[in-house]
Amino acid sequence: MDRRGSGDRQLLLWFFAVATAVKLLLIPSYRSTDFEVHRNWLAITHSLPLSKWYFDETSPWTLDYPPFFAYFERFLSVFAGLVDTRIVDLQSGLDYSAESVIYFQRISVIVSDLCLLFGLYRLTRNLEPIKRNLICALVIWSPGLLIVDHIHFQYNGFLLGWLLLSISFLQDGRDLLGGFLFAVLLCFKHLFAVAAPVYFVYLLRHYCWSGLATGFRRLVTIGAVVVAVFAVAYGPFIYHGQIQQVIKRMFPFGRGLCHAYWAPNFWVFYIILDKGLAFLLRKLGFDIQIPFASFTGGLVGESSPFAVFPQITPLTTFAMVLLAITPCLLKAWQKPQPGVVARWIAYAYTCGFLFGWHVHEKASLHFTIPLAIVAVQSLEDAKHYFLVSIVSCYSLFPLLYEPQEYPIKVLLLLLHSMVMWLGFAAQHGDEKALKKKKTGDIKSKFGIGCFEKSYLMGLVIVETVSQFLHPYFLGDKFAFMPLMLISTYCAVGIMYSWIWQLRRILT
Amino acid sequence: MPKKTPVKFAGNDNAAPVSIQSGASIATWWWLSHKGTTTSFLCISLFALLIRSAVSMYPYSGAGTPPKFGDFEARRHWMEITTNLPSIDCLPELHPWIFLRMFNPESVSLLSSCGHESYLGKFLMRWTVLSSDALIFFPVAFSFVLVYHKTRTGSSKSEVAWHIAIFLLNPCLILIDHGHFQYNCISLGHTVGVIAAVLYENEILTCVLFSLALSHKQATFGIPFSVVLYGKSPILAVLKLGVAVIVTFVIVWWPYLHSLDDFLMVLSRLAPFERGIYKDYVANFWCTTSIFIKWKKLFTTLSLKSLSLAATVLASLPSMIQQILANFQM
Repeated sequence: MDRRGSGDRQLLLWFFAVATAVKLLLIPSYRSTDFEVHRNWLAITHSLPLSKWYFDETSPWTLDYPPFFAYFERFLSVFAGLVDTRIVDLQSGLDYSAESVIYFQRISVIVSDLCLLFGLYRLTRNLEPIKRNLICALVIWSPGLLIVDHIHFQYNGFLLGWLLLSISFLQDGRDLLGGFLFAVLLCFKHLFAVAAPVYFVYLLRHYCWSGLATGFRRLVTIGAVVVAVFAVAYGPFIYHGQIQQVIKRMFPFGRGLCHAYWAPNFWVFYIILDKGLAFLLRKLGFDIQIPFASFTGGLVGESSPFAVFPQITPLTTFAMVLLAITPCLLKAWQKPQPGVVARWIAYAYTCGFLFGWHVHEKASLHFTIPLAIVAVQSLEDAKHYFLVSIVSCYSLFPLLYEPQEYPIKVLLLLLHSMVMWLGFAAQHGDEKALKKKKTGDIKSKFGIGCFEKSYLMGLVIVETVSQFLHPYFLGDKFAFMPLMLISTYCAVGIMYSWIWQLRRILT
Repeated sequence: MPKKTPVKFAGNDNAAPVSIQSGASIATWWWLSHKGTTTSFLCISLFALLIRSAVSMYPYSGAGTPPKFGDFEARRHWMEITTNLPSIDCLPELHPWIFLRMFNPESVSLLSSCGHESYLGKFLMRWTVLSSDALIFFPVAFSFVLVYHKTRTGSSKSEVAWHIAIFLLNPCLILIDHGHFQYNCISLGHTVGVIAAVLYENEILTCVLFSLALSHKQATFGIPFSVVLYGKSPILAVLKLGVAVIVTFVIVWWPYLHSLDDFLMVLSRLAPFERGIYKDYVANFWCTTSIFIKWKKLFTTLSLKSLSLAATVLASLPSMIQQILANFQM
């Protein structure tokens, strides 16, 4: 067992080493404004006292993550200050782009990915080798994570590590720790709260539902733990009387229903239908006002950006997400099994992505990573994951719009598809043939259906049209078309994934 | 009632196949190579191309250092003169200048583009190396590995995959071609092709590829090849090979064969003996021994030329003789 343990650790380190090599090579690639955002947060937390963190407006990139992330940035800023004091300077560090800050920040993301590695290690240590290899390959080499974290620049690997760690404890049956880690994660990034109903129902039913006395005691324990975590996070700000400001920063509902680039979710169809109907009705002679407000801008008083359909408010989206998660909650209530928790959490994040307010396409990582754990459980899961993983990775392409990154993102996606195909084929391959070391092609039960194949081929067509045909034939006209096309096409795939996951949970 | 004991992960427990090979690393990666050689090759190629694309993002040699710059500027300048001047004294590389002429003409416009450095120019130049690598080096490496392992029984799929990976993920080639900026992949591809052709026992192809390799970049490993082929076949076959070599050379060198002066001018550019017997920090005999024996002070360039020629031939002599003897014994 010991030898196997060290072999496991070696393997994980190998996977991580390969990924790190690629990540180091990606250091000089395109950086989005998120890079400056995080640099600014390093400066804010380093140069200002705690009471000013959520008030500072030296830079437009104000602190809008919960306090634990601010503490994390404070911790990083200690090292940043040692590397180059200008990084953490509030004024002179603005838009600083010297090699020191680029290397420091990039390497901090790479090092923080160790959290993801640890979460994976804990999650997969009891699985058989092929499943463990596959999950590690799917997560550590996830093209979405590489594109968003190591090119665009964010710390999702670090945060998802906490999530995976929490899931690993739940699967082990250690609910208290699982709940504790989730509470910690919520204080790092509040977006993860979409899965909170699932956690609540599951922990209530699985942990607290054992007799009146024990149950009550456990309920109090877990309540106390969660409150304690939140107290450590928000306590200092409550003390300074700033909690309202913190909440305002964390929930900027001044933004519109959609991001500038529409995330491929349900609202894409809502908007397109609205526009389409308005156009049709206008042609038929009805008087339909062209709305003043836009989808990406904020809520402007009473005016709605929709011409025909009813207005959507943050409350509406909240209600819809809750409604979508309800079947899953009912299942969790009926039969709280540790082995299925990952599936429910992934489903919750899918619902949050599809129906949420101002969703970024980067949020697709929140459900593709947990789904990787589920993907190795059966052939059907594998086929589903193959599709949804490719679609969600492709939907991230518009994040990298410079020519230099084009071959990289295409190659990452192709490589990932190939690794997935090989891995799943090996997992579901003909066992006898593999044992006999056959030299020919080994048959596998893993195969993509006709419908899915044509959808994936369609991705190639969408890419060709949006990248090559549109600029060549139309130039700058209808500049929104390529992005809209990508959004809509990917949204179809994600909706399919949602329905598939729902069916899977209910049966 | 749900228990609190740690639960083992309850998934679909279809027994997965036992690892094909015992032993540390190969067993780990068997699932990547189990589908056959072509699939492994595709997978490794994609990864190799990814690494190359990523390395291409880094600065090239001589970036931002006027007036001399480096290899990148040298190549750009060669393209500038090959596209713009009628009679040229260097060997043109066709495909790079097509790209640049089409997409970024100002990077190759005569005289005004000296020291031209731009995002698009760099990107296109990098693309030319990437495409040469993918179109020449990769397929040749694959065909070599295929023919090499055909002659060896008992090579597992994993071993073939490792061999391909060693070829395609060679850090020296990646760093020099895609980082520093050069086109070694073309001449090296041709060289590997020569070896593959020898293994395929296709002698005409061997000669053609060897001539092309020599015409792309002067290589001193021409000597062993000439000897490999020398004792191989009867007179008629040797004549056939000689014709193949001559025809290839004539086709490639055609623009410079019209006058002896042109031809000699090309040769002198290709062999710049006035640069000296060794470069500053190369890891070879002359540079290392120059610590004790000051070659450049003791001898003239002319005598050093003969000295290095003699030394090279003498050093190659044992393997040449062995090749000839082996051929005669066959």
